[in-house]
Amino acid sequence: MTVVIWVCAAMLSIAAVLVLTRMAVGPTMLNRVVAMDVLIAIVVAGLGLEAALNRHATTLPILVVLSLVGFVGSVSVARFATHDDKGEGS
Amino acid sequence: MSTDTSNDLPGDVPSRRTGVQWPMLIGLTVVWVLLWGGLSVANVVSGLVVAVIVTLVFPLPPIVFGGRLRVRGLAVLIGRFVVELMVASVQVAGQALRLGRQPLNAVIEVDLRSHSDLYLTLTAELLSLVPGSLVVEVRRSTSTLFLHVLGVRNEADVEEARRRALLQEERVMRALASDEELAAYLSEGVGR
Amino acid sequence: MNWFDIVSAACLLAGCALSLIAAIGLIRFPDLLSRMHAGTKPQVLGLLFILVGVGLRLRDWSDVGMLLAVAMFQLMTAPVAAHMVGRAAYRRGAVRRDTLLVDELTPALEAENRD
Repeated sequence: MTVVIWVCAAMLSIAAVLVLTRMAVGPTMLNRVVAMDVLIAIVVAGLGLEAALNRHATTLPILVVLSLVGFVGSVSVARFATHDDKGEGS
Repeated sequence: MSTDTSNDLPGDVPSRRTGVQWPMLIGLTVVWVLLWGGLSVANVVSGLVVAVIVTLVFPLPPIVFGGRLRVRGLAVLIGRFVVELMVASVQVAGQALRLGRQPLNAVIEVDLRSHSDLYLTLTAELLSLVPGSLVVEVRRSTSTLFLHVLGVRNEADVEEARRRALLQEERVMRALASDEELAAYLSEGVGR
Repeated sequence: MNWFDIVSAACLLAGCALSLIAAIGLIRFPDLLSRMHAGTKPQVLGLLFILVGVGLRLRDWSDVGMLLAVAMFQLMTAPVAAHMVGRAAYRRGAVRRDTLLVDELTPALEAENRD
């Protein structure tokens, strides 16, 4: 089990680096929002992995919070992006 | 729970509900109990109190649901959804890993044959959840969805995507619609 | 190590692999809407795999209930967020026309604006 978890953790780390690259490169706000959504999914996966490794449930409430907060974040940014001017070049 | 459907036709946004809505209350209470992670009297009672407050403070527009749940249709809907989710995920994964030029995409218009907010919403949700199709725009008045489809090579692929969206709607209808709605829906399909 | 753990490990591996592939897609796809398709994968199927894997490993009903709540929230909210972002992208013209084989929305929007 430990080997599997480490392989998974390695995959998630590479994924997180790639997503962070996309977030840094952009080029628009919306691209970054999409990257952030994926990053949240990766964080949720990482926390789940840790819970599975150590067989405890203390981090599960964080998963609930993350799955809700990520949604609010991307919706509000999308909302601003429709209304804002051409300041953030597309 | 069916409400009066005569003045709730798609096109005009109906006014917000007042009063107690049992399905909503039960749903919110179940979520509350799941979050506390244990079934106890205190949990259920406090959940009910919170649910009542939430439904009174934030009333929602009514959903016109005159249909009935068909167990078989629902099983087909969920089963096919899981299969499509797997297949589409593998396809999108293959496309992400493929070397060379990426295939083209398309934005297509899908005219749904049903005229109900509920079925429109459910179909759109299910289509969005499957990777490879994304709802970009919705016309509530005509029940039209605009889908962004990933990886199309030719016209045949475009038509295939359109057909898949309509099949998704048909499964939703077969799972939830009442007999009259289903009959009207199927008869409208013959004309196309 | 029993059967539950083996299935759980397989689920965790599948979920993480999907996340990695999604991240690769996020880097490689040419425009915003294609990237969103890549993003849907870890959010839906990948996350479901992970949650099943964790549930099989913990094997405790109250924890499974909480995992179920996470899955439910995610399935309900992910399409809404995706639609909001996709719609904003399209309306702002952040879509690259040269990646589209067919575009049936632009004429429809123009007809709407004329009225």
